[in-house]
Amino acid sequence: MASSSLSRGLLGYRVNAVGLVASAVILFWLFIALFGGQFTPYPPGEIVDFDYFGPMSGQYWLGTDYLGRDMLSRILMGARYTVGISVAAVLISCFLGVVLGMMAAVIGGWLDTCLSRFLDALNSIPSKLFGLVVVAGIGSSIPVLIGVLAVIYTPGAYRFARALAVNISTMDFVTVARARGERTPYLITQEVLPNILGPVLTDMGLRFVFIVLLLSGLSFLGLGVQPPNADWGSLVRENIGGLSFGAPAVIMPSIAIATLTIAVNLLIDNLPVRIRDRSE
Amino acid sequence: MASFVEIRDLKLGAVTDSGRDIDIIKGVSFDIAEGEIVALIGESGSGKTTIAMTLMGHCRPGCYVQSGAVVVDGKDMVQLSERQRAAMRGTEVAYVPQSAAAAFNPCKRLLDQVVEVARIHKLMPMDQARAKAVELFRALALPDPETIGQRYPHQVSGGQLQRLSAAMALIGGPKLVIFDEPTTALDVTTQIEVLRAFKSVMTAGGMAGVYVSHDLAVVAQIADRIVVLRGGEVQEVGTTQQILHDAQHPYTRELLAAFHPVPHAAVAPAPQAAPVPALEVVGVTAGYGPVDASGVPHKLALRDVGCALEKGRNLGVIGESGSGKSTLARAIAGLLPPSSGSILLGGKVLAGDARQRSKDELRRLQIVFQLADTALNPARPVGDILGRPLSFYHGMKGAAREARIVELLDMVRLPAAMRHRLPGELSGGQKQRVNLARALAANPEVILCDEITSALDTVVAAAVIELLKELQRELDLSYVFISHDLSTVQAICDEVMVMFAGEKVEHLPADRIHGGAQHAYSRLLFASVPKLDTGWLDGLSRDPEFSAALARR
Repeated sequence: MASSSLSRGLLGYRVNAVGLVASAVILFWLFIALFGGQFTPYPPGEIVDFDYFGPMSGQYWLGTDYLGRDMLSRILMGARYTVGISVAAVLISCFLGVVLGMMAAVIGGWLDTCLSRFLDALNSIPSKLFGLVVVAGIGSSIPVLIGVLAVIYTPGAYRFARALAVNISTMDFVTVARARGERTPYLITQEVLPNILGPVLTDMGLRFVFIVLLLSGLSFLGLGVQPPNADWGSLVRENIGGLSFGAPAVIMPSIAIATLTIAVNLLIDNLPVRIRDRSE
Repeated sequence: MASFVEIRDLKLGAVTDSGRDIDIIKGVSFDIAEGEIVALIGESGSGKTTIAMTLMGHCRPGCYVQSGAVVVDGKDMVQLSERQRAAMRGTEVAYVPQSAAAAFNPCKRLLDQVVEVARIHKLMPMDQARAKAVELFRALALPDPETIGQRYPHQVSGGQLQRLSAAMALIGGPKLVIFDEPTTALDVTTQIEVLRAFKSVMTAGGMAGVYVSHDLAVVAQIADRIVVLRGGEVQEVGTTQQILHDAQHPYTRELLAAFHPVPHAAVAPAPQAAPVPALEVVGVTAGYGPVDASGVPHKLALRDVGCALEKGRNLGVIGESGSGKSTLARAIAGLLPPSSGSILLGGKVLAGDARQRSKDELRRLQIVFQLADTALNPARPVGDILGRPLSFYHGMKGAAREARIVELLDMVRLPAAMRHRLPGELSGGQKQRVNLARALAANPEVILCDEITSALDTVVAAAVIELLKELQRELDLSYVFISHDLSTVQAICDEVMVMFAGEKVEHLPADRIHGGAQHAYSRLLFASVPKLDTGWLDGLSRDPEFSAALARR
């Protein structure tokens, strides 16, 4: 196995080449989301070119959009919305899901049944439709978007964490802790969580990808981030008319979405492995 | 003259995660003659299974043969191609695994799985294979040999499944059969049936065998010669009689010594005017499943069980799996509230549910589980595991806590540096010591030991028992010692309680185990424990009273 992929020790961790490339892409987009505003060559909202759907040129690196605005500046600014909203939503949904899931597994009984049925019911509503109805009903703003995305993805995180925690909570060391008289918060944070952390983080990465795609989908339908601001999904929508001209304005934000989601996926599949040598 | 199997200077290595090479088998040589059964014996990690596997030309992932030859019937398994090896497996060399339950596919009928070898190697027509399978079932003394093959793995008992896996190995008519600890997971009474069946088919078929085990007494019944292994090297080779009665190597003597328990002398003298017992169980009934209108659970695991443990003395609870001995421990610890009856600690009635017991009551009664692998949180270092009861019961923190952790580790004879390790980085015996140290951290009065030595090697288990005795002298403890292994119970207990099907069948002092038992089941159980005597199994078969008891069970 070691021969098929580049492997090396890094602070006692084994990393492979795919994982390294993927994390470089993710770090790049994180950096852009935080500091992208500093590097915009033109103000992102200003019409700078008389031509629309302009080609890539020395002046406008990624061409111009349907109004003649600079695409590079708009993608740099869009990263902030796409990454920011998705990260906030994934943190909320995974926190809620994992805490509730562990509680259900450790306490069991009525709490488990009620929580599971309620979240299953929530899960049964198609996610796009649910997002559409809520955003159409109460209007689109960034907090509403974060809230809706978090609610949509909580049941999945709950199911996942509960399934893992149920296995752990039947182990003898949890029984020992119960016999010692430990309360639920200790059982959850000290006994169960450290043992499910790895899979939970992996699940979080996957969920982040789903959220980016759903957010882009909502924006594409006009229900996401509202003009004049734009995330990558809305950039694709705005410029969809340029598809027949082969304009970079529609392709570039799509590439941005694709690179981020694929990179996160690849990183999850190639997470660094801690090297432990028992005989040392 | 060449032997049937020749292993010559076999060396095996493995590559660790960090890329270091380590030697596992360091130049092992021995022969097996045709029709001879050779036992490989040693503690876990001694390489006994690894060597047995090479007879099939198989190395576990990460391992490789460095040098040497494994010649089976004139063919060197090391040199053969994978395809040639596959052709030999099942027809020339067959394997009987330790856990038959894991070796059978739960969703296929037993007969289809048993004849699979014949089908894969196209040895005979299927009808003939099925007929041969039924013949083997009969030879292995399985009940209903005509129809048992139509059942699924969950519909037969553990001992029957182990015999079926032997049938699976024998169907291809192999010349060499490898038994990998086939009776380790079975109860003593079941073990006898399985051993007898194995012995009779091996003798009838004139096959050579390799019997991997850590239990000298079991090996003594079936093997012609014994190879003692340790750390990948042969320590001693000899006929069974030689090894048992005239062992030369110190390690072999240690193994033999671990088998003869030092009779336990009570720490506390027998009480004169009966004071309050440390722990008393009165008429406890408990079970699992939904509770009916009168408060009785659907499936009862304990029926009206009562016992008492005097301070400073030890009570052994023995019985086969399913007899309710672990349920008793769970009921006492408050993990399974009994449906009736009461548990008294130092004369005071405890609540049935651990959540309603006071912190002090919980502290005074600690439980230690069988499998240290699952009883220690794999994600937390040893120091945290031991530190938690200290801060939980005694409110210790900082330097005082740290000092006490080191003291506890010292009590169980582990170096202080161990506190930074994760449980996965410790050996089985070390884990069990940490498991024990965690119970000691509470300063308990009574410790419930649930099969704590069952998963350990003989020598390690003997050391743990010695440690328990020492701690008892120092800390004035009382143990409830649950086990299916009579010799460990004898080694530490003052009194023994025999359980069968959820009921207490007998209660007697440990020194009267042999000869003093009245109940038929206790006598069967005590007689079933293998003895270090090659004629023991055959002698039992001739004992009409014993055979009748075994049949009645």
